[in-house]
Amino acid sequence: MELDFDVVDLDPVDHPEEGDTAPDFTRPLVNEEFWEDESLASLCADSDRVVLVFHAMDGAFPATYIWNEIRDRAWHEQATVVGVSISTPYEHKQLLEEREIEGDYRLFSDPANGVAQQYGIDMDLDGMAGIEEPRPSVFVLDSDRTVEYAWVAQEWPDFPDYDEVEAQL
Amino acid sequence: MSESDITLYRLQACPFCERVVRKLEAYDLDYQSRFVEPMHADRDVVKRLSGKRTVPAIVDENTGVTMSESANIVAYLERTYGEGEGTTGGVA
Repeated sequence: MELDFDVVDLDPVDHPEEGDTAPDFTRPLVNEEFWEDESLASLCADSDRVVLVFHAMDGAFPATYIWNEIRDRAWHEQATVVGVSISTPYEHKQLLEEREIEGDYRLFSDPANGVAQQYGIDMDLDGMAGIEEPRPSVFVLDSDRTVEYAWVAQEWPDFPDYDEVEAQL
Repeated sequence: MSESDITLYRLQACPFCERVVRKLEAYDLDYQSRFVEPMHADRDVVKRLSGKRTVPAIVDENTGVTMSESANIVAYLERTYGEGEGTTGGVA
């Protein structure tokens, strides 16, 4: 997106880097039919590659754009791809339905933003008192939760380099 | 995270579901909660398992039992895990 003004720069943060072990967490994981507590470790153990996509709250345009793009690129054929946002399980069900990604993708619900805090990527939202959410970020993990690729937004808004992520799959 | 032998299909704030939870907790049973759709018509996962769309429903891998209706479930739990069964009744 080319704009004739500067967008908001975000301060550098200390987040998991390539070669690090991604912090484990357990949160409700929402699929097309129900949600249940699930750990990242167990997702990784069941898959050669997990793509963890932190995104803006459901309903915000970046969440819509990111899932449209991932859906169109069919990443689910090559990896276990899960999202994380501060939205509730009810909102996640709606996102899965509206983006037409039911059955292919699942979403972690983290309303208190604790997972983003664990990853060092939590971000306050100007003008929304008391609400914080993760910076847009993508982590590609192997079955031991070792980070193979990490991207964390440096400005706001920002979108992942989809081709770069895809090259990891 | 499906290591628990008992899976409870439930709806948030459903009193019938909480009744079953109380019983599971009283017997200190490990269980995994799966929260389903508030909309009855959309609860296909429960329908596939139990034949009905009502919650609560439980699947108990220990015994191979799948069951709905809270009164039935509570009676089942009492029968299977309550006093007189297991350690105390294990002599025979």
